[in-house]
Amino acid sequence: MARLIKTEKEVEGRYTEQWIVVEEDALEQWPAGPQDTVGRPTPRQTGLQRARGEAQYTADIQLPGMLHTAVLRSPFARARVSEIDLQMAEKAPGVRAVLGPDTEPLTDEPPYQGAPVAAIAADTFEQAKAALALVEVEWEQLTPLLDADEAVAKGELMDEPSTHERGDVERGLAEADVVVEAEYRTQSVLHNSMETHQAICQWEGDNRLTVHISTQYVWGIREEVAEHFGLPQDHVRVVCRFMGGGFGSKNRPGSYTYIAAELARKTGRPVKCMLSRREENLDAGNRNATIQRLRVGARSDGTLTALDGSFVNATGWDGWVASTGGPMRMLYACENVRTVEHGAKLNLPPMEPFRAPGFVEGTFGLECLLDELAAKLDLDPLELRKLNYAHTDAMDERPFSSKSLLECYRRAEPHWERREQVRASSDGTWKRGVGLASQVWYGGGGPPSYAWVRVGADGRAAVITAMQDIGTGSATAMAQIAAEELGIPVDRVEVSLGDTARGPFASISAGSSTIPSMGPAVRSAAADAARQILEISAQRFDREQRILSLKGGQIVSSDGGSWPLEEVTGLLESGQILGKGSRGPNPTGMQVLTFGVQVAEVAVDVETGEIRVDKIAAIHDVGRVINPLGASSQVEGGIIQGVGHTLSEERLLDPATGTILTQTLDAYKLPTIADVPEIVTDLIDEPDTHLTNLGSKGLGEPPIIPTAAAIANAIRDATGADIRSLPITREEMLRALREAHERDRDRVGAPSA
Amino acid sequence: MPELRINGGAHELDAPVGTSLAHFLREHIGLTGTKIACNEGHCGACTVQVDGVPILSCITLVHTVDGEVTTIEGLRDHPMVDAFVRTDALQCGFCTPGQIVSATALVAANPSPSSEEIRHAMAGNLCRCGTYPKIEEAISTWQG
Repeated sequence: MARLIKTEKEVEGRYTEQWIVVEEDALEQWPAGPQDTVGRPTPRQTGLQRARGEAQYTADIQLPGMLHTAVLRSPFARARVSEIDLQMAEKAPGVRAVLGPDTEPLTDEPPYQGAPVAAIAADTFEQAKAALALVEVEWEQLTPLLDADEAVAKGELMDEPSTHERGDVERGLAEADVVVEAEYRTQSVLHNSMETHQAICQWEGDNRLTVHISTQYVWGIREEVAEHFGLPQDHVRVVCRFMGGGFGSKNRPGSYTYIAAELARKTGRPVKCMLSRREENLDAGNRNATIQRLRVGARSDGTLTALDGSFVNATGWDGWVASTGGPMRMLYACENVRTVEHGAKLNLPPMEPFRAPGFVEGTFGLECLLDELAAKLDLDPLELRKLNYAHTDAMDERPFSSKSLLECYRRAEPHWERREQVRASSDGTWKRGVGLASQVWYGGGGPPSYAWVRVGADGRAAVITAMQDIGTGSATAMAQIAAEELGIPVDRVEVSLGDTARGPFASISAGSSTIPSMGPAVRSAAADAARQILEISAQRFDREQRILSLKGGQIVSSDGGSWPLEEVTGLLESGQILGKGSRGPNPTGMQVLTFGVQVAEVAVDVETGEIRVDKIAAIHDVGRVINPLGASSQVEGGIIQGVGHTLSEERLLDPATGTILTQTLDAYKLPTIADVPEIVTDLIDEPDTHLTNLGSKGLGEPPIIPTAAAIANAIRDATGADIRSLPITREEMLRALREAHERDRDRVGAPSA
Repeated sequence: MPELRINGGAHELDAPVGTSLAHFLREHIGLTGTKIACNEGHCGACTVQVDGVPILSCITLVHTVDGEVTTIEGLRDHPMVDAFVRTDALQCGFCTPGQIVSATALVAANPSPSSEEIRHAMAGNLCRCGTYPKIEEAISTWQG
């Protein structure tokens, strides 16, 4: 019987309550460790299509009669369009339609550089672009607000400041033997997915719309687009079969989708609106910069007595205030904690979530602060962390559904113990050191999510669900889960995804939630199909159902009989076995979180400020691992983005005008293959016994979280310098070295008492 | 009408002067395996070979091409493709055709490149997903 229950849903740290329908009792989890397919390294299913260039991304789709769009964007951080003349553009060769600032979401008061003002659809992109040059605009430049502290002082905020406090921070600070206070800053970084943001919109009549879009959430696009145009949701079909990276920036439609849809409606033709790389780096989102003013108090034995943080997110014109204070509230068992978070509303492009938004930034501050404290107390940084280990959720005393951070610390020890040896390998001006940092994040996923499983006469199965695989390999994991449950090899399972007209609702591919949300639904659908196969097998082979099981492509009877699966399914000819499944609730009264630790080895040239990251060992607790091969790729990818965030990536602004200087991939420094350290991945791979029928948590985001702090702490170990700001350019490195040098000189030179 | 040789076949060069090779491949003859990710020669996604030498097709004018063009479609059966899949050297896959075109040019000249040589030859192909360690593994083990 269907039961209606209320459960808590979390996406990237934001909680909502959710009613869900639970249809059946949860399946028991498989035992820990590798099964026949689940837990075994499996190359990704669409790998060959992608590698051969056969996969059709949104960028590759050509519809008959499709028009192309060029968008007029504000060149100023804040401006008003006092006059605009579109007539010349309308008459230009190839132009089919023009939209002016009176069409939503175009605007005549662009509040940041890159905000869209007008759009032109033409037969070719070159024609649209040429017509754009004929638009006559008179801009009135206005003074932009660019400084986050100034915005806070003026009350220009996204929301009311968010304050969390437990215990009494002032008392905790008063009780401390040592207080460390520091200000940390993190920069704005750009997602730079290789496939830029883009959509193709095509109307059928005036009330049905198909959207091909490079997205992380086909259902979210469907809902927002339907609402925007006042359409029933089932009249909007959203398709994304292959997509070229998102990292959090492709959760929503964005102005380009609405522009394409408006132009398509005006012309009656399919219209593509694709951002160029330069537009991508203006108006496709960013990880916002932060300022973190932190204090920690501790007794001389290392027990934390107070943590206090004031955080300012330079959110930009729009977006949300990602929790930079989260790690401070969640990582350690400290009784007295206060975080105050501000989101500054600025004349800068809106933030979009970027792989663990808030926690990447907040972990840099917190975990550097902890090491500064360890240095002051002359304590081992790993011991300091173990000493303040949180055994229950420090926020509300809830138990964790699982937490293997102590085991992560134990497995980190061999890497951590290398520090004497690494320091001793310092050579001339090159100083070497080892640092570590911990990680906490969400990643439990949640309902609702659904899947169907179809088994045909040939004994092959199809998993059908309208989820997306944004490059993480989630589709392959779904195939493995279905194969395991149906007892067939994984190469007999297809996964059909990425189309709201072909499959049930599925989770967003964000917040490390795809596998923990979708995996249990797929297993439940496969189990439904398997049950039906066993029921008909019992009839066909005259056995009791309880002695039958599915394994190795066979129906196996415990009395010794076995028959190929096709022997039963083949009877159906064109018939099919259909299974359906849904994601059950998360465990009531428990906090589901992911944890981990990374140990970095670095070398610093103290003369030039050059930094090399030699090695990062990553040990994470993400529950059961479905595909160890894909999982190691996720860890490596997160760490490499983390290395870029730590050392080279920064969206640079002209401080006078607020215009963005790093719009191209030569100016914005992404890591290359030559920048990659040795990466050692070690996943705990213990099922979370309270979480779903799988016990898997998410993995997409955890690996990027501790990387910056681990590198900065390794730099302190190598040189004694306190890094306070990202990216650690040579300038920042030399500043920190100079400061450390002056501090040491003052200490040595101080008159003795 | 001038012709261009691509993957062993001849194609009429019926594009306007000023058309890039990448645009010609994708829009004129439908070879969409070659990707455009920056369109200004910074990322390597559009890499194709001309007479075996990797070039950036997004900043190459199609009318200036003098030689046989090989795109990912011409390398579909190269063992490097399987090596990339086997080692999981791709995630979203958008940069992957360009990576494989560069990698096959590298191993044609140097079948067993060192780690240093791989990093040098492949540094012009950006991958935002961070598949670099596995790209290195794929190129180190492409011969099986």
